[in-house]
Amino acid sequence: MLLRGFRIALFLLPFSLEAGEPQVFEFRLDNGLKVLVQEDHRAPVVVSQVWYKVGASYEHDGITGISHMLEHMMFKGTQKHPPGEFSRIIAANGGRENAFTGQDYTAYFQMLEKSRLPVSFELEADRMRYLKLSEVEFAKEHQVVLEERRLRTDDQPRSKMQEHFDSVAYSNSPYKNPVIGWPEDVAGLTLEDLKKWYGLWYAPNNATLIVVGDVKPSEVLKEAKRAFGGLKPSMLPTLKSQAEVTQLGLRRMTMKVPAKLPHLVMGYKTPSLKTAADEKEAYALEVAAGILDGGNSARLSSRLVRGQQLAAAAGASFDLSARLANLFALEGTPVEGKTVDVLEAALKEEIRHLRDELVTLDELQRVKAQVLASHVFQLDSTFYQAMQLGTFETVGLGWQKVGEYVDKVNAVTAEEVQAVARKYLVDEGLTIAHLDPQPLPEGAPQTDDAAIGGGHVR
Amino acid sequence: MYANSHVADTPLRLIALLFIFFSGTALAVPEIEHWTTSKGGRVYYVKTEGLPLVDVRMVFDAGSARDGSLFGLASLTSGMLDSGAGDWDADVIAQRLERVGAVLGTGASRDSAYLSLRSLSHPDKLKEALETLKKVATQPTFSVKDFERERNRVLLAIKQQGEDPGEIAEISFMKTLYGDHPYAHPSEGIRETVEKLTPNDLKVFHREKYTVRNSITVVVGNIDRLAAEALADDLLSGLPEGEVLPALADPIDRHEALTVKTPYPSEQTHIYSGVLGFRVNDPDTFPLYIGNHILGGSGLVSKIMEEVREKRGLAYSAYSYFLPMRVPGPFEIGLQTKNASAEEALDIAVRTVRAFIEKGPSDQELEAAKKNIIGGFVLRLDSNQKLISEVASIAFFQRPLDYLNTFTQKVQAVTREDIKRAFKARVNPDQLKTILVGAGGEKPSH
Repeated sequence: MLLRGFRIALFLLPFSLEAGEPQVFEFRLDNGLKVLVQEDHRAPVVVSQVWYKVGASYEHDGITGISHMLEHMMFKGTQKHPPGEFSRIIAANGGRENAFTGQDYTAYFQMLEKSRLPVSFELEADRMRYLKLSEVEFAKEHQVVLEERRLRTDDQPRSKMQEHFDSVAYSNSPYKNPVIGWPEDVAGLTLEDLKKWYGLWYAPNNATLIVVGDVKPSEVLKEAKRAFGGLKPSMLPTLKSQAEVTQLGLRRMTMKVPAKLPHLVMGYKTPSLKTAADEKEAYALEVAAGILDGGNSARLSSRLVRGQQLAAAAGASFDLSARLANLFALEGTPVEGKTVDVLEAALKEEIRHLRDELVTLDELQRVKAQVLASHVFQLDSTFYQAMQLGTFETVGLGWQKVGEYVDKVNAVTAEEVQAVARKYLVDEGLTIAHLDPQPLPEGAPQTDDAAIGGGHVR
Repeated sequence: MYANSHVADTPLRLIALLFIFFSGTALAVPEIEHWTTSKGGRVYYVKTEGLPLVDVRMVFDAGSARDGSLFGLASLTSGMLDSGAGDWDADVIAQRLERVGAVLGTGASRDSAYLSLRSLSHPDKLKEALETLKKVATQPTFSVKDFERERNRVLLAIKQQGEDPGEIAEISFMKTLYGDHPYAHPSEGIRETVEKLTPNDLKVFHREKYTVRNSITVVVGNIDRLAAEALADDLLSGLPEGEVLPALADPIDRHEALTVKTPYPSEQTHIYSGVLGFRVNDPDTFPLYIGNHILGGSGLVSKIMEEVREKRGLAYSAYSYFLPMRVPGPFEIGLQTKNASAEEALDIAVRTVRAFIEKGPSDQELEAAKKNIIGGFVLRLDSNQKLISEVASIAFFQRPLDYLNTFTQKVQAVTREDIKRAFKARVNPDQLKTILVGAGGEKPSH
């Protein structure tokens, strides 16, 4: 799975692992719950994750952010366990736990010493069907989520810009809405909305249970049946397609916000592995992103940061594992004395090179070597392996695609990279955003003037 | 620590947060082998099997606490290591690493600077990666052209801190707490001093601080002892012997409460409050660590989180921690809340700390904390990545080699009285240095 930021951990040549490729066991309970188990016996630990097929891209206008809000409420008690007890029980068992919501999923996890796995199963099964949504707890957690929004988005110029950028780049795709939700929508959520949302999506036939660690698949299956087997399945809603309309020309936006530095974000409409008519295209886009930004020797660092010295930082990314079509994204910050316009032209020039010229064999080999090594490196983290299985399964690609990744990337040719660049990395499907920094109000501290710490003392 | 994160497009942040673990059983503790090379280099080694990879980390007493008056010197020196070495430029260095899939990292904190290498254990690949690491660690060039570019990037990063109220608050907190001590300034430096740096400053710093006696080398992975010995000998053969640097001075406690309010046009006010904490290997390490686990170090189930977030919905993140360092590091309470709630949230957090110091933990709270820490000890060592971090910390701070083996016994031995006594002695709530950055702080009266 290729979420942004994970690129370093993802990046193969034909190579045989001494330990052998990890094997995944798949089971399905009668109520529809899918169970995936991968053994890793290096340490006596286990990671357990429950993935639901629901996330921000399942939401409709007016209730954006509801999947994330519900994720928070999943820690607020069931008929059996009072609010907060979930976390206390996991803690008392030496465990770590948390949850995360994305555009295409909501997932809950625990990491535990291996003998404690049934504790996690019991609690997850309980909140899969018996969540108690109370006004009192909701009133408080509603405030917590609004604080989270202020922290992560409202007070972060670049996060805010990304939010506005997505809303311009997409016309009708639900990816136009932020995962945490628009402020008005989040503020307007009600307990009734949450009850309805929980009722729609939280059921064993809409979930995948993933276990990676020092376990035996047959034992895991036995425990899973015991804990989850009695839960009733639901009639799940049919999800509307909401496929993005074809973009018919360049889109541009400027965001004026108090900030210190200008910034640039660009995104080309591309298919994901799930939506591509020919999956080779998605793997070729993946390699194209690696050519531009797969380390310090990749083109953006070598040419724009060091060579031309236009960018203080520049990056490219492509999310192979999105459920819906998304963007091949570029971003950068110009160095002092250069404008975003100049940086934009330079990034477009790099895209033009991808369209007009074949990437070199050396570059292709470099990307593939990194993919090979990263594949081994990521086996060091049981959590990461579970994340990959969960993402691929939940977006509808199927976990088997995780195992294909290395070979598929390895098969990509220079001609295929050029073909996808010519087809997708074109102005017709491009959106560009400039962050135009506005001065901070007078009296605001200047970190570059070393005035910090000299404020008002009482 | 954050809880209930949403990871729209920032999974890396989530991962980073998840892995801030503290915990400790005698279960499956790996054996750490230690030796000193003929030139005086300390080497630590753990053999792991199952995956064909090797991690190497070199740590030097070359953090920003060694900057002298040139704040940012250690950080820029570390940041420039892979920009040019011997007759290789940045492109050659990156290509050499990336064509074998190796990942090199460098960085500097207040106490130390490190180089880390992750490589496949395949002999040819590992050899190429190690040769590159060696040259980068031992023969960095600090050319004028690379220097100008990298310094400008640092200056821009410093400027960018000014758009983040959390960064502003953190920088202000350390400055207020540490005064003139070398921990007071941010590792990346400040504009005035970074502007004054020259390539020669970096060359001298590297020559004096990146030495054999001033280093530790850690090797973890699928590699046998003889090969690890040869690897360490070869890496260190490129460095001068050098000398162990004099110890850092202790920070001077101002013994008074202080509140600094800085106006900033943000939706939230960021609040940090704290006092000087303790140093690594302090005899009260365990009571203070477990006490803080209960008070503000265990996420959603900690007392501060319970009061600020769970009961009142005032913040997304609220916590406290001790950061043990070479000399006393900070004890810090942190939270962010909407501007209108700043005073209330701060008051509740401080009252929670006061009550804890006064009464100590309950038997039940202590029992729950011990169960969490001891029961979760195995999670601390379940990957090569986590293992090398633990071993590097033991090595750099010269903790006893059986630190991991005795960890859970020491946790088990801590009593309520130990915690109460240690907190009373170390955290005086009447002397908190408090920083508020946001529109919730009063406007400056002058």
